[in-house]
Amino acid sequence: MDKIQELQLSKCPTGIQGLDEITDGGLPQGRPTLICGSAGCGKTLFGVEFLVRGATRYGEPGVLVTFEETASEIIQNVASLGWNLNQLMADGKILIDHVYIEPSEIEETGEYDLEALFLRLGYAIKKIGAKRVLLDTIEVLFSGLANANIVRAEIRRLFHWLKDEGVTAVITGERGDNTLTRQGLEEYVSDCVIKLDQRTFEDIATRTLQVVKYRGSRHSNNEYPFLIEETGISVLPVTSLKLDHVVSNERISTGIAQLDEMFGGQGYYRGSSILVTGRAGTGKTTLAAYFSQATCLRGERCLYLATEESPQQILRNLNSIGMDLAPYVEQGLLQFDAVRPTNYNLEMRLFKIHRWVQEFQPSTVIIDPMSNLILTGSLMQTKNFFMRLIDYLKSKQITVLMTNLTAGDADHDHEQTEVGVSSLMDTWLELQTLKVNGERNRIIYALKSRGMMHSNQVREFIVTNEGVKLVEVYLGGGKVLTGTERINQELNEQYAAKKRRQNFEQKKREYEQEKKRVQAQINDLQMQLLNREAELNLLIEEEQEEEKALLQNRTFMARLRHLNP
Amino acid sequence: MTDHVTDNLSQVTNTKGSEIWQMRLYVAGQTPKSLVAFSNLKKICEEYLHGQYTIEIIDLSQQPHLAIEDSIVALPTLVRKLPEPIKKIIGDLSNTEKVLVGLQILRLVDEQ
Repeated sequence: MDKIQELQLSKCPTGIQGLDEITDGGLPQGRPTLICGSAGCGKTLFGVEFLVRGATRYGEPGVLVTFEETASEIIQNVASLGWNLNQLMADGKILIDHVYIEPSEIEETGEYDLEALFLRLGYAIKKIGAKRVLLDTIEVLFSGLANANIVRAEIRRLFHWLKDEGVTAVITGERGDNTLTRQGLEEYVSDCVIKLDQRTFEDIATRTLQVVKYRGSRHSNNEYPFLIEETGISVLPVTSLKLDHVVSNERISTGIAQLDEMFGGQGYYRGSSILVTGRAGTGKTTLAAYFSQATCLRGERCLYLATEESPQQILRNLNSIGMDLAPYVEQGLLQFDAVRPTNYNLEMRLFKIHRWVQEFQPSTVIIDPMSNLILTGSLMQTKNFFMRLIDYLKSKQITVLMTNLTAGDADHDHEQTEVGVSSLMDTWLELQTLKVNGERNRIIYALKSRGMMHSNQVREFIVTNEGVKLVEVYLGGGKVLTGTERINQELNEQYAAKKRRQNFEQKKREYEQEKKRVQAQINDLQMQLLNREAELNLLIEEEQEEEKALLQNRTFMARLRHLNP
Repeated sequence: MTDHVTDNLSQVTNTKGSEIWQMRLYVAGQTPKSLVAFSNLKKICEEYLHGQYTIEIIDLSQQPHLAIEDSIVALPTLVRKLPEPIKKIIGDLSNTEKVLVGLQILRLVDEQ
């Protein structure tokens, strides 16, 4: 029992990208694993990669027993993946044994066993000190040998023998109608069974991998898509949805100064998710392009996933608003990747995006438009897709800007996205067009922006051949005026102001004149007053003089009367 | 020449009466099956190819690399090295008729 437990606990890393994460470390060490699947779904490749990685990365030589293809065929087939089996064979790290059985050349008479196969395998394992074995495809024995009972018993014995040898074996098996393998091999291999599948859904073929069974080990038993790429098999593990990524307080420019102003003059948070929604022709791509330009201007890399237009077309169209992104592409700061939504299913697309992000290491990812990515798949899948994508990008501190084409009536206000991803977004900018008086005018507003001051104002978004401008719209009289209406309104206001100023000037002049007139009157009256005063003084003087004269006269007269006082 | 030989084995055997039939029996140790196979082979050869045959026993448990080189899967395996082409028969050779067909001795027997 102790031995079994010990064996179950140790894992043999496959070195296949993503698989070791799903299986929590690899295949069961020292035990056989069955890889089953229909023709052409990559079983042999899977097995060969297991051997090659073992030989090159983990120092575990491997024996490849091939029942179908010859050694040289296999060597040729995998050479395109950059695996030089000839070299590995020369180095004694891999040994290929082609077990050739041609039923027409063999006569069966009586009892036999497959001991020679055991001896061959044992010899090969000893010769290179193999730790790994691939049997591809052992079921050929059933068609090569007539006595199925013997073959069955011998295969069962072989699996036990492999366990005793302590080698980690991968056995490939052809998919049956209702069973995992045509000959029911899964009954003998009870430790680990991996199913490969290739299916076509809505004209899109996808290869999937599923760990059907893994005794004594934690494993994820979802179906995962996998790709056969230039360097081998890559399985996409679903990123764990842990909400514990580092958040940044750093702010990065939106690329448009006036838009930065709307976010307190600083722009978006680094590592946040930004959603730009709007109907066709509202300027979503333009907004995205400004953001990518701002990223490149900071010397950072930007990954632009174009799902609708070709990169060349985007570049050309941006030239019309005076923006030239081509130099950044040449500098390697900006990378366009066209994802045709019809090429892959959701899983595969997520996988592709992961790959690009890993390879390019961008600080900003733009998905334009995201609505195109989700043409296939149910609502639930789609939401899951974006959740995982955003989660992944956030965990990498990558700012993601997605544009979403809002469908529906152009004169109606939809503040929602059809996939319901808005709740996943940190910042949401809505672009709308207002259709009045025979013209369409773009407006922009921040619907939400978590954790920062943002303007509640609607701005007019003007695209000119020298770039974009955000202009404050005319708000008044219970309505928003944009475009020529706004300009008209502004002109009207200017006119009115001028008029008012003129009136004022007029009034002012009138007052001045009035004032002058009154002043003149005042002066006149004052003159009169002065005259009167002068007259009065004269009068008083005369009066005094007269009185004085009178007094003198009286004194004189008295003196005359009283000559002798 | 080989075509000629294959098509008219009896004729060839008659004309080349002195030709030696070279038999090789692959076994792994002295298992019951291998012993049965050997005695069956011996019996058939004595009966139909008297004095015209050699039997070589190859013990793969001693020389496992020969299993790879000679492409042997099942045991016991009887290989007719000569006359050409090479013929393979697996099993304990208990079905004499099948062995005769497999080794293409049967027609020769019929004519005799």
